[in-house]
Amino acid sequence: MGFKILRKEQLASNIHFIEVDAPRIAKAAKPGQFVVLRINENGERIPLTIADKNIKNGTIEIIFQEAGASTTILSKLKAGDSILNILGPLGEPSHIENIGSVVVIGGGVGIAEIFPAIKEYKAKGNKVTAIIGARNKQLLLTEEKIKNMADELLIATDDGSYGRKGFVTDILKEMIEDKKEINLVYAVGPVPMMEAVSNVTKAAKIKTMVSLNTLMLDATGMCGVCRITVGGQIKFACVDGPEFDAHLVDFKELKTRLSTYRDKEKEAIDHICSLDKIKE
Amino acid sequence: MQPGQNKRVKMPERPAQERIKDFNEVALGLSEKDAISEAKRCIQCKNPKCVSNCPVEINIPAFIKLIAESDFKGANKKIRGKNSLPAVCGRVCPQEDQCEKTCILGIKGEPIAIGSLERFAAEYPPSETPVPIKLVGPKVAIIGSGPAGLTCAGDLALKGYQVKIFESLHTAGGVLKYGIPEFRLPKSIVDNEIEYVKSLGVELITDFLAGKTATIEELFKENFKAIFIGAGAGLPNSLGIPGENFQGVYSANEFLFRVNMMKAYKFPEYLTPVITGKKVVVFGAGNVAMDSARCALRLGADKVIIAYRRSRKEMPARAEEIIRAEEEGVEFLLLTAPVEIIPDDAGRVKQVELLKMELGEPDSSGRRRPKALPGSEFKLDCDLAICAIGNSPNPLIPKSTADLKIEKWGGVIVADNKETSIKGVFAGGDIVRGAATVISAMGDGKIAARSIDEMLSKK
Repeated sequence: MGFKILRKEQLASNIHFIEVDAPRIAKAAKPGQFVVLRINENGERIPLTIADKNIKNGTIEIIFQEAGASTTILSKLKAGDSILNILGPLGEPSHIENIGSVVVIGGGVGIAEIFPAIKEYKAKGNKVTAIIGARNKQLLLTEEKIKNMADELLIATDDGSYGRKGFVTDILKEMIEDKKEINLVYAVGPVPMMEAVSNVTKAAKIKTMVSLNTLMLDATGMCGVCRITVGGQIKFACVDGPEFDAHLVDFKELKTRLSTYRDKEKEAIDHICSLDKIKE
Repeated sequence: MQPGQNKRVKMPERPAQERIKDFNEVALGLSEKDAISEAKRCIQCKNPKCVSNCPVEINIPAFIKLIAESDFKGANKKIRGKNSLPAVCGRVCPQEDQCEKTCILGIKGEPIAIGSLERFAAEYPPSETPVPIKLVGPKVAIIGSGPAGLTCAGDLALKGYQVKIFESLHTAGGVLKYGIPEFRLPKSIVDNEIEYVKSLGVELITDFLAGKTATIEELFKENFKAIFIGAGAGLPNSLGIPGENFQGVYSANEFLFRVNMMKAYKFPEYLTPVITGKKVVVFGAGNVAMDSARCALRLGADKVIIAYRRSRKEMPARAEEIIRAEEEGVEFLLLTAPVEIIPDDAGRVKQVELLKMELGEPDSSGRRRPKALPGSEFKLDCDLAICAIGNSPNPLIPKSTADLKIEKWGGVIVADNKETSIKGVFAGGDIVRGAATVISAMGDGKIAARSIDEMLSKK
């Protein structure tokens, strides 16, 4: 029963990679889409982006950060273990066409999610500049893979341990100041980063798409926990998104909704830690 | 009890003060003695009006006669011939609007408690363990494992078709699992009914979202000869008032999904959290609103108010559910509509502003249209607000299926035989009707199964 983990690697202190046997999802998945998984009978349904896929092997790849109880449990599974439920691919695929020069930005664990988009933008004949940023060098995930696919890779770290010291938006601002041609910006990462990118490109009037990491439950358009105001209208990130025009997204509302269960998340983590102690 | 006697048996219930402390079932079922006595009241009409008002055409007098004769397993078998989900229907069917409404005894006295008797018979499954049948007929795909899909699947399996159900969620049952709470329909009972359908040879695939994991077109390429869509009305209607996206404002779907499907009432043992309000306001007055209000009480609310824009007479919920909600302490604020949700500094719901209404002329549904009374606004403190104002058909499949014709409001258009605008694709239940009843969905599944059989046996 379930979906078998074929490969697992720890990429950084709290960031993990898994490759999972899921032939139907692998066959159907397109860039920008995600899955919802439930690890075991007591588990939550949590959304995670499909980082890459391999149709021949029938597998999908997921890169995730330990952020709550569920991702902590997931991080403890090994190759050979199974995830009870995986539903996907979900969401509208990225709308990717030839528009010229595209800047693809990944921040934090979002870096791991931009590869499929970069690949597709390249396949459609665009010039792709990738900008990735994280707290330090260790957190620059899948750097090699992105470097080999994009026309250009620019890097920023908060502590200056690699690339330039600063944020992805510093690099983006410089590109705009240098009058580099940018027809579209595509950004994935923590909400404050996506909001900062949006503010920069709004001023410069550059169309920008962001991939929103809202809370989700069924992820099939039923519950509405992922709802978000975009251009004054309520949208469901699970079926209308997860990608939206950044300049129309109500980021303040997004942050409020994302923090709904912060206290409960702590309680859940304490609970699973106490279970671990009992086991020991 | 003698045939034709006026007074009907009443099913015992747990007292309100006890039942609001847990999620266990409220109604307890009939004893053998009461069931036999009630069954003996039936006058066994030659031309039974109850049957003609049953969407799945159960031979009601026949199964009641078997109960009267103490042949409970026989009664069970008699129902199962027409209805794969008797334990569900015995609990959640609006019998008062269907079979019991047309019972002849209802004219002078009280109608036979057909629903209670159906529930009773469902407790006595046949003793022979069903042997999984190897089905050899053409392949049929069923999308969605709610009441419509389960019925269609069961009926087709009985005719020998190779039936595969594709369910998007992690477990089968659809609205019976995520929508209706444990205290009204225990999940173990739904699981038993699903096991029965599987024992007929039906294969169940979970984690498969039609339109995304594979499209209708792709399913035909996998050699399915007919497809039935029973994907339900999953899209929650929104109030369209300011403040709906603040923390602590739920669609009833979200609230019930967390509580019923994910067992959030057992958090953190089950990892899905739910907001447990002390002062809860529920908008709407259908069964879903009653379910939401009663769940909120069981999660520890001190006060639960149902705000409804029409009067008590127009409340769409079943009478017995309204009474049970009231017994448990749910308050009704009638002729009142929400205007705005007001948050605290953290963006969490703090108050709701409401407006008084009066009833005007009847609208297209025949119910009197509520009109706002200007200047009657008032505020109510609350820390959880739940919108239970209806659902629309799930748009995912129509969106991914180019030739599937739908109504303006989203319902899939079908002919009398339940065939859609695409040859070989049938649909039924809430995706066709909008939010309706379990039994009407089952009726649709039944008709579709018959039509699919006719189509495929012609070839």
